[in-house]
Amino acid sequence: MAQTIHIEPVTRIEGHAKITIELDDAGKVSDAKFHVVEFRGFEKFCEGRTYPEMPGITMRICGICPISHMIASAKACDAITGVRIPKAAEKLRRLINHAQYVQSHALSFFHLSAPDLLLGMESDPAARNVIGLIQANPDLARKAVRLRQFGQEIIRMLGTKSVHPPWAVPGGVRDGLKEENIEWIRKRLPEEMDTTELAIKLLLDSYGGFSREIEVYGNFPSLFVGLVTPEGGLEFYDGLLRVMDADGKLLEKGLANEKWRDIIAEAVEPWSYLKFPYFKPFGYRIGNGDIPGLYRVGPLARVNICDFAGTPKADRELRNFRRLGKEGKPVWSSFHTHYARLIEILFSLEKIGELIEDPAIMNGHLRSQAGVNNDMGVGIMEAPRGTLFHEYQVDETGVLKKVNLLVATGNNNLAMNKTILQIARSYMDGASITEGLCNRVEHGIRLYDPCLSCSTHAVGQMPMVLQLVDSKGNLVDQKVRG
Amino acid sequence: MPVVTLTINDKLVSAQSDKTVLEAARDAGFEIPTLCHLEGLTPRGGCRLCLVEVEGVPRLLASCVTQVQEGMVVRTETERLHNYRKMMVELLLAERNHVCAVCVMNGHCELQSLAAKLGVDHVRYDYLCPDLPVDASHERNTRDPNRCILCARCIRVCDEVEGAHCLDMMGRGIHCNIITGMNQEWGKARSCTACGKCVQVCPTGALFKKGSSVAEMEKQREFLIWILDGRDKKVWHWSR
Repeated sequence: MAQTIHIEPVTRIEGHAKITIELDDAGKVSDAKFHVVEFRGFEKFCEGRTYPEMPGITMRICGICPISHMIASAKACDAITGVRIPKAAEKLRRLINHAQYVQSHALSFFHLSAPDLLLGMESDPAARNVIGLIQANPDLARKAVRLRQFGQEIIRMLGTKSVHPPWAVPGGVRDGLKEENIEWIRKRLPEEMDTTELAIKLLLDSYGGFSREIEVYGNFPSLFVGLVTPEGGLEFYDGLLRVMDADGKLLEKGLANEKWRDIIAEAVEPWSYLKFPYFKPFGYRIGNGDIPGLYRVGPLARVNICDFAGTPKADRELRNFRRLGKEGKPVWSSFHTHYARLIEILFSLEKIGELIEDPAIMNGHLRSQAGVNNDMGVGIMEAPRGTLFHEYQVDETGVLKKVNLLVATGNNNLAMNKTILQIARSYMDGASITEGLCNRVEHGIRLYDPCLSCSTHAVGQMPMVLQLVDSKGNLVDQKVRG
Repeated sequence: MPVVTLTINDKLVSAQSDKTVLEAARDAGFEIPTLCHLEGLTPRGGCRLCLVEVEGVPRLLASCVTQVQEGMVVRTETERLHNYRKMMVELLLAERNHVCAVCVMNGHCELQSLAAKLGVDHVRYDYLCPDLPVDASHERNTRDPNRCILCARCIRVCDEVEGAHCLDMMGRGIHCNIITGMNQEWGKARSCTACGKCVQVCPTGALFKKGSSVAEMEKQREFLIWILDGRDKKVWHWSR
């Protein structure tokens, strides 16, 4: 009898989700669906507002990566005004963005994923969380908290508060750095560098015990999408769009941001509020089975598509990372996203070090002034979870007529579904939901560090339900978590 | 000017006979919340937040438009008044679309700080969520009726101080709204001198400098007294 398994709620990710595992008549896993069941409507209710308010409105989408939305939005607004922002403002935006990478990736790795990695996937769920981690390894937990605090503190220095700072504006930023801020950052940097390198060591040391996970946690060929510098280096703030196929061939070497619709289209499925973006030239679905236009974004994709990182320590780790790919191909397994994430923290810390030593960052001219000069603006940047697109259309007075937000988690939607299917096929045993399966599916989702509150605009904590349903739609088993 | 003596909150207070209860109370150090009242503009009695109890009068009186009288016994802080004031702020919040977190005046707004002071931690009424278009047609300023509380300070300053009377009020009841240039787009209203006084006196984020981002707008109201003292008394208090 065909059955479906549902996992709901998924814990330790931002937002809310439900997972359905469908069994065929032989009791084998036939499909898995990652349902996003909340709707927030930002694209709709922003219509009618004036564009300079958008960085402040859209950053309320998420409390973990408000900086990404603020910057993508400010960039889209820059495009509407048509001005080039002052050099110092650009450097400061880069600085706050790197600070956000540090805090967001530290949260993802240490607070959310490390309990699985360091305490074990099958360990007691009551202790398999950040509190358990503090009990098991208080020294590491303290370092992790301080690493995240380092990022948050830089955000607070610039924006007066660490969450939702109304700081980036069309044409630049509102405030600059002070000498004492630079001194503080300079002093703390070595400690945070050590913590990150320690985390990399711990992760790589634990790899031996995760060989099966590496094989089945989102290990499949796919396209990779992200931004790179014009030279092909790792880039988070402003670059060209690059698309790489599973063999490492570049399908787009460096596409200008405003042409993003040439390569990306969005599909809709009736069972989820989250849209399904795909690589347009390859199409969404040809018959049943795999989707040729499936691509991944985020740390794994970014580290795969760049030719180099551009800072010494990150480049050293990048060379090591490349060895994980088979036969010189890009790294396929999403399990390695943990490693990619740590490389990015390292890169961000090195970049922060470079930026604070640049005298140009202290220039007092931080804001260019202009009105509406274009009726459309596109802002694309790399959020910690992947490429983030903001696109606005305005009337001649600057009132928004249309808003399109394509967020990082949305970009990974197809990949997340495929990852869950892969894990379910590998770990599903019989017609019931075990604690191990439940947690593995969650971990598979968490590899993409999805911020469902942004991608679907969900409210609240991340509860998840896992349901097992047969081919006639009957509920066979259900596990509620959260 | 003759002086009268009245009792405010059990304290004997003297005031010139042409003063309002609000002025007398404030001179005596009592705080009465207001939103539509602004020193320098004709009192209107519109927001009803300055309501006080007067002994012998069964209904509540708006202190900004009630003249002092000899022997008057006034109470400005009672539970009944507090409840009414709280209710009025809640009704203002429910009537339009006040979203403090993303407002240009967040942290500097009179309505927001008054709500906080009165302990408005939730609104007991259904939000009306009206669909009101933003007018960004003016070259310098933007008008967002979603944040308007119809205090009419903008109308009065435009008429009484600037002398342009570009702004006015149209419609009745729930359909009441501020208009510019006989209900044209603000950018097309030829009577507007673009002086910006309306923006500076607006207590909320309904009128703001074009291009302001969230929590960026701060208003300076001192200008009104400078202008009025200069015009009427020929005294320029630049140091104030």
